[in-house]
Amino acid sequence: MFQVSRTPQAFDVVVIGSGAGGGTAVKVLTDAGIRVALLEAGPMLTPEKDFKEHVWPYQVDHRGAGSHGEAYFGRQQWGYFSAPNGYWDVPGEPYTVAPGEEWKWFRSRILGGRTNHYGRISLRFSDYDFKPEDGLSDPWPVTYDEMSPYYDKAEGFIGVTGTKEGLRTAPDGNFLPPIAPRVHEQLIQKAGKKLNIPVIPSRMAMLTKAVNGRAACHYCGQCGRGCLTASAFSSSQAMIFPAMKTGKLTVITGAMARELITDGSGKVTAVSYVDKATRTEKQIRCRAVMVAASACESARLLLNSKSPRFSNGLANSGGAVGRYLTDSVGYAMGGHVPAMEGMPRHNSDGIGGMHVYVPWWLHDDKSKDFPRGYHIEIGGGPGGIPQLGTFAGVCSQYQGYGQQLKDQIYQNFGAQVHFAGRGEMIPNKNSYCEIDPDRVDQFGIPVLRFHFKWSDAEYNQVKHMHQTFSAMIETLGGTVSKRPFDSTKEISAGGFIIHEAGAVRMGADPKTSALNKYCQAHDVKNLFVCDAAPFVSQPDKNVTLSIVAFAWRASEYLAEEMRKGNV
Amino acid sequence: MSNPERTSPKGTSGFSRRAALVQIGAGLGLTAASEGLAEAQQATAAQAHAAHVAAQAQTTHAVGTFMPKGLNSHEYATLDSMAEWIVPGAHANGSAQFIDFMCSVNDEMKVIYTGGLAWIDDTMRKRTEGSDFLHASKDQQKALLDVIAFRENHSPETGPGIRFFDWTRRMVVDSYYTSAQGIKEVGYIGNTGMATFSVPQEAVDYVMKRIDL
Repeated sequence: MFQVSRTPQAFDVVVIGSGAGGGTAVKVLTDAGIRVALLEAGPMLTPEKDFKEHVWPYQVDHRGAGSHGEAYFGRQQWGYFSAPNGYWDVPGEPYTVAPGEEWKWFRSRILGGRTNHYGRISLRFSDYDFKPEDGLSDPWPVTYDEMSPYYDKAEGFIGVTGTKEGLRTAPDGNFLPPIAPRVHEQLIQKAGKKLNIPVIPSRMAMLTKAVNGRAACHYCGQCGRGCLTASAFSSSQAMIFPAMKTGKLTVITGAMARELITDGSGKVTAVSYVDKATRTEKQIRCRAVMVAASACESARLLLNSKSPRFSNGLANSGGAVGRYLTDSVGYAMGGHVPAMEGMPRHNSDGIGGMHVYVPWWLHDDKSKDFPRGYHIEIGGGPGGIPQLGTFAGVCSQYQGYGQQLKDQIYQNFGAQVHFAGRGEMIPNKNSYCEIDPDRVDQFGIPVLRFHFKWSDAEYNQVKHMHQTFSAMIETLGGTVSKRPFDSTKEISAGGFIIHEAGAVRMGADPKTSALNKYCQAHDVKNLFVCDAAPFVSQPDKNVTLSIVAFAWRASEYLAEEMRKGNV
Repeated sequence: MSNPERTSPKGTSGFSRRAALVQIGAGLGLTAASEGLAEAQQATAAQAHAAHVAAQAQTTHAVGTFMPKGLNSHEYATLDSMAEWIVPGAHANGSAQFIDFMCSVNDEMKVIYTGGLAWIDDTMRKRTEGSDFLHASKDQQKALLDVIAFRENHSPETGPGIRFFDWTRRMVVDSYYTSAQGIKEVGYIGNTGMATFSVPQEAVDYVMKRIDL
């Protein structure tokens, strides 16, 4: 049995997890003068050591293949030059999946979580996302109008590029100036016009102007490597480091939350965690707790927090914890564009990722054979510094060797486009997580077992994506192989898009939901969840901006409830 | 293990990446350690650009007598010769050194190259009555490469060579085009700081003229 050590000091709030949700909670709560302890399962982030921004491949002996050439054998977890990020497999921290099913569970173990690396696509949910008109998923306990002011705050703080377009499928926000579209993006805009598909300036959390003391972007396009000037948003640099300077925040790294301890009145009194360095259990006392460990990890913590009073785990009297698990529907396709061959060379780095994107454009089309919709993320052009593998496709296609191969490489550099669909999955009863009755991780914490199934709603959507991307590529003069298309094989594996949401959903009815409209547990007044776990559905808009908005609102509410003495 | 400082080649300015990054920090008003963000209002793209230049200043490639670490000297010389066929300029670029390094840190890779290079020599001996690849004539070398550089020539006799050539072509190209010389040749421009981002009209016009949209 562990030796348990308890902190003498009680914190006002313990925040568990330091990504978009936890970072926002830390910022808003410390701004309100509240004393916060932040538990992060991974290590401290040190940008000047951990980020590889600006490094050329030839400055590293393995050029990015990994010190044992892992990349060449598919064993590299994430690109060598990427910011510390996480992966689907975490040593010593297994999960299980029901036989015959597939689910990939991404975990990040670093201060700032996935925000150090993520794509920074920042899209508001639409009014209809909160109140589905088709009845295929439950309404949220909040409306767009209630959330809009918090989207304003989130965008104002993290900084989001964009333009006012007046589209119901892509509500306008509090935007920074957009960035000029690259050559292939201008081509795609033209092709879109021909096909009646809108291609609008992207909404990305990169600063085209200085914001809140963070420098304006210097357009090196390497946001995914981590940004030394913090011009691309990360919760670590933009929220947590500044909060550390207030004297209100205590950061505890290497702290793997084990369970929430409750007292006879049913309130959380302490968080039990494993100090990874010593493998000892510690407890930290608190007045309230904000769980922001990522959707499934938050569900796991609640399910593992059992007591006589809460025999099914915390916030689970309605049995909702673990249920309604979703990920975005993903499908991607690239194409070669002959018109771009040999294009005059120029700097096209810009901001990391796309400068334009396609918001969902068929909301009012009743003829399609799937519900809801998807947006399209656009890639192409040179795509930054040549890397290992940049020309693997050219080598494979043209074969040969010598000057001809070199000429092909020159002609082909940057002459491609890439489309990635990110669509809405309808929550279904076959997709959920629960505690595996037989397994624990290296810390002795019971692990999750996943169940996951797509339905025809998603398969048909992927078929539509394929048709759309094919039309785009053909309009651009590219060729699309006419292979037979099987949606069940082409759809992304669940969890692969790393947009998992649900699992501790909010709702008006405590019998079918775990949290109220403020992300506060129906059953436990001083317990809040503020990652994507509270989300009732998985709109076709990447969840991070909404995580920030909901966490902001939950944190303001908690601060006010504490001031009033209700928590 | 994969620390860029450790792998800095000899003969550089001695300006370490660490030092460069500290300078970035100083330029932008950042403090060291975990406090990555501070009053960065005075930060300008010009400063960021200076930092980029500093971070890159340490990079030159040391070319001298090279001692292979993963392959023996004959294997290495054979690989180097093949590399020059695949990408003219690869010898002077030192492209085979990267592959040798990969063989020295990965046993699976080493087997691919020692086995593949032995197949090349064995096959060449049979084709030439005794010459290995290095000692065969240019025409004989070319004749063999013209077989194994194309999938359409696949047969039980050529399969291992085609598969090996795929690896070699891929990795020589990787090595060459991630070097300073290759990056310059392919025309990548960037990895620098800029105050504004714009797209040259010339590039837009070039593409738009070639397609009817």
